[in-house]
Amino acid sequence: MSIEFIMTIKELKIQSIQYRKKILQYIVGANAGHTGGSLSCIDILNVLYNRVMNVSPENFGSQERDRYIQSKGHCVEALFVVLASKGFFPEEDLNTLCKYKSHYIGHPTKKVHGVEQNTGALGHGLPIAVGNAIAAKMDDKNFRVFTLLGDGELPEGSNWEAALSASHYKLDNLCAIIDKNSLQITAPTAVVMNSDPIDKKFESFGWAVRSINGNDMEELISAFESLPFEKGKPSVIIAHTTKGKGVSYMENQLKWHHGVPNKDEYALANQELDHALTQL
Amino acid sequence: MAETINTNSYKANLEVFSDTLQKLAATDRNIVAVTSDSRGSGKLVPFGNKYPAQIVEVGIAEQNLVGVAAGLASCNKKVFAVSPACFLTARALEQIKNDVAYSNNPVNLVGISAGVSYGALGSTHHSLHDFAALRAINNITIVAPADNFETEQAIISAAETNTPIYLRFGKKAMQSLEEMPSAKFEFGKGRVIRTGNDIAIIATGEAVYPALQAANKLKEEGVAATVVSMHTIKPLDTELLAKLATQCGAIVTVEEHSVYGGLGEACASYLLQHGFSKPFKIMGIPDEYTVTGSQQEIFDHYGISEKGISDTMIALLSK
Repeated sequence: MSIEFIMTIKELKIQSIQYRKKILQYIVGANAGHTGGSLSCIDILNVLYNRVMNVSPENFGSQERDRYIQSKGHCVEALFVVLASKGFFPEEDLNTLCKYKSHYIGHPTKKVHGVEQNTGALGHGLPIAVGNAIAAKMDDKNFRVFTLLGDGELPEGSNWEAALSASHYKLDNLCAIIDKNSLQITAPTAVVMNSDPIDKKFESFGWAVRSINGNDMEELISAFESLPFEKGKPSVIIAHTTKGKGVSYMENQLKWHHGVPNKDEYALANQELDHALTQL
Repeated sequence: MAETINTNSYKANLEVFSDTLQKLAATDRNIVAVTSDSRGSGKLVPFGNKYPAQIVEVGIAEQNLVGVAAGLASCNKKVFAVSPACFLTARALEQIKNDVAYSNNPVNLVGISAGVSYGALGSTHHSLHDFAALRAINNITIVAPADNFETEQAIISAAETNTPIYLRFGKKAMQSLEEMPSAKFEFGKGRVIRTGNDIAIIATGEAVYPALQAANKLKEEGVAATVVSMHTIKPLDTELLAKLATQCGAIVTVEEHSVYGGLGEACASYLLQHGFSKPFKIMGIPDEYTVTGSQQEIFDHYGISEKGISDTMIALLSK
């Protein structure tokens, strides 16, 4: 990737706010969506697609491209607005989100240009990512594999089967990111099924671990630019995030897991995000 | 298509699978086997020794087996994911449905020691549900080869096919159905082993040979039977089925699978919905706690045998 296409931190911050506005716009349009989680993970996707990964509409057919698999598929709105901004498809296509026969459904599908795998059932991204990373090693290719998991999906046993195999095969071309927003549909994640300490669990499975603020551009960039954290080990970034980040009344509120703002709430959210733009 | 290598051998289909995979891997480094501590039971030890860079071991973790296989396939590997059919198609069913079929990652899922091959080990190790479970999933071809010829051809075809496939193998040495196989092998096209218009026996996998024995026995009694190896359960060869229903007086299906949801019900569904009404019987494993013993003993117990199938044919014809 040539340097002129790499966004500065300020540009990334502006982009994140614009992404948040679009996430809300299309969720309101569809009257459906996973609002809180899309807002918590959008900074991660922003940095990945605009600063870290070698993937574009032009190279998507190439075996050399970096791979991104969204294991927490339900936060598809975040992925769709990022892919649209990268030119994978016209943004106006998202007006059909969740409409009859639209390809833009409530979980990622390969019918949408730029999506690597059909996801939605939890605990599936990491095993596929392991397969991608093994293939890269077999073929001596330099592409990297990224997968985003929610902290709520960590009780799925398949994640831990994959975690074992990733360290067994020394997949230092693999990076898992845990969007640790600490809330899931029923209650706080620690109440539903406590997976803490996540860092110690991954360490004991042979991964190199870094915990960061996943809504902080500097910390995200610093973590991604340090990959792999240790040669010969898969890397995991435990990204501590805020569910509903960027909209005051949604932050850390369970009801916004898949809540859709009404007209007044939407106006207020836009007002807050527009104000945030003026502060940069 | 590669040259046929085992036209008239009497090996376990699984061994033919392993031999064929080695031959393919010799000239194609994209051939990859993925195993879940199953390389011994999958007869893949020689493959692993010969092509260590083309085998991926995931340990006893079938969900990961299928997920990893999907990830490899999406990077252009020709993947054969090998695990006992009982675990592969139950433990990892969601991975088969989503990561392989729905995402269209062209994995070849190889269910080994299928049906009641592990007869004495009990229901945990039987796979009598796999046809039924997989038939209801879109975008997967389901194949149960009957003899060494079909097995070898199925592996060669699978390596060349860019969509998901489930291949089902047993453990025992299989008789060739023909001295010199004359039929062309093609997924979705039933193989007619012998012809006769009194009755048609449509069988699959390791149930085909006893079906052929039953037909040969009844020939001496003047009953002319067609025997078909319906190696592909889905897509079903409905063209052949319609032809048989037109030509033959009755139809028997035979499979090493539950009588629910497998080959028999697939045939019945097609026939009934297309106006064919012939005396019809589904032979397989009934819906009960399956008796245990060797595969042969279980086959004999449920009539998947020369005697059981010929008795059923006679009873059906006398109706």
